[in-house]
Amino acid sequence: MSDSHGKLYAQSMTELAAGLDSGDYSSVELTESLLGRIGALDAKLNAFITVTADEALAAAARADQARASGKGGVLNGLPIIHKDIFCTRGVKTTCGSKMLDNFISPYDATVVEKLANAGAVVLGKSNMDEFAMGSSNETSYFGPVCNPWDLACSPGGSSGGSAAAVAARFAPAATGTDTGGSIRQPAALTGTVGIKPTYGRVSRYGMIAFASSLDQAGVITRTAEDAARLLGVMAGFDQRDSTSIDQPVPDYGGSLNQSIKGLRVGIVRQHFDAGLDAQCAVRVKEAIATLESLGAITVEVDLPNLDLSVPTYYVVAPAECSSNLSRFDGVRFGHRAEKPEDLMDLYCRSRGEGFGDEVKRRIMTGTYVLSAGYYDAYYLKAQKVRHLIADDFKKAFADVDVIAGPTAPSPAFRLGEKVDDPITMYLNDIYTIGANLAGLPGMSIPCGFVNDLPVGLHLVAAHFAEETLLRCSHQYQQHTDWHKACPEDFQ
Amino acid sequence: MSLSKDQVKHIAMLARLKLTEEEYAESVQKLSKIVDFVDQLSQADTRDVVPMAHPLDVAQRLRPDVVTETNERDHLQQNAAAVSDGLYLVPKVIE
Repeated sequence: MSDSHGKLYAQSMTELAAGLDSGDYSSVELTESLLGRIGALDAKLNAFITVTADEALAAAARADQARASGKGGVLNGLPIIHKDIFCTRGVKTTCGSKMLDNFISPYDATVVEKLANAGAVVLGKSNMDEFAMGSSNETSYFGPVCNPWDLACSPGGSSGGSAAAVAARFAPAATGTDTGGSIRQPAALTGTVGIKPTYGRVSRYGMIAFASSLDQAGVITRTAEDAARLLGVMAGFDQRDSTSIDQPVPDYGGSLNQSIKGLRVGIVRQHFDAGLDAQCAVRVKEAIATLESLGAITVEVDLPNLDLSVPTYYVVAPAECSSNLSRFDGVRFGHRAEKPEDLMDLYCRSRGEGFGDEVKRRIMTGTYVLSAGYYDAYYLKAQKVRHLIADDFKKAFADVDVIAGPTAPSPAFRLGEKVDDPITMYLNDIYTIGANLAGLPGMSIPCGFVNDLPVGLHLVAAHFAEETLLRCSHQYQQHTDWHKACPEDFQ
Repeated sequence: MSLSKDQVKHIAMLARLKLTEEEYAESVQKLSKIVDFVDQLSQADTRDVVPMAHPLDVAQRLRPDVVTETNERDHLQQNAAAVSDGLYLVPKVIE
C-alpha cells in the first residue's frame, strides 16, 4: 500500500517530523493515511482495542494550525498509539479486560497528557494481556494479537498490541508498560525497539496498576533515536505519583552521536546456559561482537542470584496485584453482576465474571502469599531475595556501564503453545525480570533473525542511565540494518 | 498437590472471587504448580538481609495537607452501574 507521498508509514518519527516541518504533507494527511492503513490491515493482527479516528483527525488539525502559526511541541502532528492501560479522558480504557469493557476514563494519565501537550496525535488504544498479566497477549478479553512476522505466532506481551502495531508500520511509536518484561519481550519478538526506564522516571499516574513497585511506562519504536525523542517528553517528576523521582531529565537525543569507544559491556555467563535457544545465542553474540567492533570492551560479570528472579517476581508481583485489583468491586466502576443476592454476592460474582483466568490465578497466588501463616515464608522471603538480586546488579555496575544479553529465551512462539502451562510462560521473562526487581532501565533492540523471526539484544544499565542505553542502541543501529526490516505482509 | 481444594476455596473467598467447579479443579492444579515453583526461594540464604521495600533508596515523599482536588462526583459517577442522589447503590446491608 502506497500513498501520494511514498511510503509515509515506513518512516521513523524523526523522518516524519522533517517532512511535516518542510511542508511536504500535513499532519491531517499523514493521520488519514495511517488510519486508512490500520483500517485495511489490522483485521490480520487485532492490535487495536479502540481506533480513535475522530479524535486523531481533530488533534492533527490542531497540530497543523499550530505549525502554521509557528507553534507546536517537539511531537507536533506526529502519530502514536497508547497501550490501553493508560487512562484517556473520554475514551474507553479497558486494560484488556471484560472488567473495564464499559469504562470511559474521566481523566488523562500523566503520560497521555504530556504527549498530547507536545502535539502527538493518538491513533488509538492497543490490545494487551488482561491487566498486563501475560507474556503472549493471549489473556486479552479482546482476543490475541498476531505477530506481523508470522500470523500464527504471538507478538509477546503484555504490550503485544503496541509492538505488533509498530512492527506492522501502523505508527512509528507506541507507549507500553513493563512490570517484568512487558515492553522488552514483545519488542524482541516483533523486531522493534523497546525501552523500560528506571523505576520512577516516568509517572505512573493514570496507568492502571498491576504491581506498583515494579510497573514502569516506556515506549516501543523502530529506532533508538525515536525512543529518545519520546522518552524526553514522557519522563520527569509528577506530584501525582508518590514514587515519582524528582531528578532533571537529560537531553536524551543530545548524546546519541557520541561514540561507544571504551564503553564497558558486561556479559553474564548464565545468560547463555541451556535455557537459551542456540541460534538466538549466536545472534546475540554477533551483536555483542558488533559492539566490540565499535570500541566497546566486554567484561564477564556474575549475577549469582539470577535463577531466583522469576520465583521472586511470582511472589512480589501477584501480592501487589491482589492488593491493587481489590479496587474492582462492581460498585463504583467496572463490571457489575446482574441481580446480586447480597453485597458479598455482588463482589464475588462481579469479580468472578469480570476477570479472566490468568488474572484470577495471580490474584489468588497473591492472596495466598499474603495470607496469615504464609506471609513470612513467601512475601517477606521474596523481598529479601529481591534485595540480594538488586545487590548483584549494584556490584556488577561498579565495573561495567551496561549488561548485554538475550531479551527472550527464543524467537516468537506459536499462539496456544504455552498458554496451558503458567510456569513455561513465566520463564519467558527470565532475562528481563531482574531489571524490574532492581528498578533498573532496560532496552531491547533488534539484532537479527532465526527462522525468519526477529531476535532481540537486551541491554540493562544503572539507575537513571537511560542515556547510555539509548546511545549504545543508536550507535548499534547506525552500523546495522535489522531495525529496517519490515514483515512481508506489511510492506 | 501442594494446595487442597479447601485451601483454594478459602483463598478464593479471601479474594472475593466466585469460581465455577471447573475453575476450582483447574486452580488447585495450576496454583499448586506455582506454589511449588516459588518454594525454591526457601533455599536462598537470607540471614541478615533486609527486605526490599523500594527499588531505589528513597523515603516516601509528603505533601502539604491542602485541598487540591475539585469535586467531580457527577462526572465520576457516570461509570457506576447504579447511583441515586449522588450515592452508589448496593444490595441492602442492614435489615
